Amino acid sequence: MPFLTQRVQAETDQYCFVASLDNVRNFSTILKAIHFRDHATCFTTKNGIKVTVENAKCVQANAFIQAEVFQEFLVQEETVVFRVNLTVLLDCLSIFGSNPMPGTLTALRMCYQGYGHPLMLFLEEGGVVTVCKINTQEPEETLDFGFGNANVTSKIILLSEGLREAFSELDMTSEVLQITISPDKPYFRLSTFGNAGSSHLDYPKDCDLMETFQCNQTQVNRYKLSLLKPSTKALVLSCKVSIRTDDRGFLSLQYLIKNEDGHTCFVDYYCSPDEDVPAAESPV
Amino acid sequence: MIARLAKTCTLRISPEKLNFILCDRLASGGVSMWSELEQENFFSEFQMEGVSAENNVIYVELASENLSRALKTAQNARTLKIKLTNKNFPCLTVSVELLSVSSSSRIVTHDIPIKVIPRRLWKDLQEPSVPDADVSIYLPALKTMKSVVEKMKNISNHLVMEANLSGDLNLKIETELVCVTTHFRDLGNPPLASGDTPWDRDPAEMAEVCVDIRKLLQLLAGQQVNPTKALCSLVAGRMLHLHLLYEDVSLQYFIPARS
Repeated sequence: MPFLTQRVQAETDQYCFVASLDNVRNFSTILKAIHFRDHATCFTTKNGIKVTVENAKCVQANAFIQAEVFQEFLVQEETVVFRVNLTVLLDCLSIFGSNPMPGTLTALRMCYQGYGHPLMLFLEEGGVVTVCKINTQEPEETLDFGFGNANVTSKIILLSEGLREAFSELDMTSEVLQITISPDKPYFRLSTFGNAGSSHLDYPKDCDLMETFQCNQTQVNRYKLSLLKPSTKALVLSCKVSIRTDDRGFLSLQYLIKNEDGHTCFVDYYCSPDEDVPAAESPV
Repeated sequence: MIARLAKTCTLRISPEKLNFILCDRLASGGVSMWSELEQENFFSEFQMEGVSAENNVIYVELASENLSRALKTAQNARTLKIKLTNKNFPCLTVSVELLSVSSSSRIVTHDIPIKVIPRRLWKDLQEPSVPDADVSIYLPALKTMKSVVEKMKNISNHLVMEANLSGDLNLKIETELVCVTTHFRDLGNPPLASGDTPWDRDPAEMAEVCVDIRKLLQLLAGQQVNPTKALCSLVAGRMLHLHLLYEDVSLQYFIPARS
C-alpha cells in the first residue's frame, strides 16, 4: 500500500502506537465477537492488543489479537491504553462494505499519538483511501474477575460446532441460563426456564465433541441469559471453546478463533452468577 | 430503478422521447429527477397525439411501482404494447404477450391508473436547467461509492462531497465522535463543451456541497446496472447534479445543498 506508507512514514515517530494489517477483516471480525456495548477499552503492549467490553458490572468480554497477526506492530511505551466507541470503530473498519467481493482486501493502518489525541485509521481498497479520526475517551477501570487457576472447580473443552445450535436456539424467554457441571450424570447440562417450560440440553463426558472433561465437585450455577447471549457471536467464529467455573460460581468461556490467515486469536467472556435467584438442583 | 427513487412520477410523452420526471420538491425534500429515453431505441411502433400541433406532448402522472411491476412481467415477453386508454378512468395499459411452455401464447394486461396533467402545470415539469457548475468530475465506481455512503449513513445524516478539476473527489462526514473522509483520485474531469469559457480556476481547488446523505444513498442504492458514463457537477454550496448515462437512457438527479 504505497499511498499509505508515503503519507504516514514521516510521522511515525510521533505515534506511540502503530499497527498495520493487509487484511482489515483479521481485526474487525474478532471485534464483532465482543460488540455488545458501544464502548471498549483497548490495551496495547508489545505482545498485541486486547479490547475489553463490559456490561452491568457482571460480564466482561476480551478479544486478544497478538502482534504476530499484524504486518507491522509498534508500541513505544510499556502499555498504551485508550477507550473508543466500538460501534463507530467497527463502522469505520468496514467502510468499504461488510460483504467484500471475494479476492479484494482492504488494508488498515492504525495510529495513536497518545492521551488526548484521536485514534487514526487509514483504510485502503483498490486505490481508494479512507481516513478516520475517532475521538478517544478517558479509559475506565476494567473489572478483574479474579479467575485464577487455583480456584477452578471444573474445566471442559468442547468443539464449538457442538454448542452452536444449542446456543442459537436458547429460549430467550428464560431469564437465566443454568449450567450444571458434575462428575456424575448429567456431566454437563444447559438449562433454561422460559414461558413454554424448562429445557435441558445434556452433553455426556465421553461424547465426541468433548475434548477435555475435568470436574471434582457438582456445581449448578445460574447466569443472566441476556448477558451471555452475545457470546454466541464468538462461539460461531470459534473452533473450540473452554468452559470453566470456580468455587464462587464465576464462569469463564474462552474461544479459540482462527482468522483468515490461519493465525489464532482468543476471545473470552467472564460472567458472575445471577444473585437474584438462588440456583436450584435440576432434576437428573 | 426509477421506482426506487420516486413513488409517484410524471411521464412526459413527446414524438421523439419519453421522460420520467420527479419535480415535487416538497415531497422529495428538494430533490428532482429527469430521465430521458429516445423512443425509437425501444419501440418498433410509436404513435401519439398531443393536445395540439404546437404542444404535441402528453403529461401523465402515475405510481412508478405499478409500471415497474407491469414491466417485470414483460421480461421474457414475445411482444409488449403500451397504450393510453380510458377504462372508466384514464389508464396506461400494458399488454404483454407471453409464451407458455406449450408454446401457446397468452396475453397479460396491466391497467395502470394515471392522472392526466393539465396544461397549466406543464411549466413546472420542464427539463431543469443546469446552472453553471464550479466543478464537473467523473464519478468513481458507483458500487464503491454506495458501500462507503451506506456505512457513513450509520454515523451521520449529512455528507460533504468535494471535488476539483484535477480528478480528485472526497466524501466527508463529521460528528462529535469521528471524522471520516474517503479520497478518490484520478477520476478525470469531463472536457468542456466547445465555446464555453475555460475554467478560470485553480485545478487543485475544491468545490464543496453538503447534502442529506439519504438522498445520495437513495440514488446509489437503486443502481442495478453499471452506467456507461457517470458524472457529477458541483455548484458550490448549492447543488449536486448527477448525470448517469446508460445505453439508451439518461438520468439526471439534482440534490440541493442542505440549508
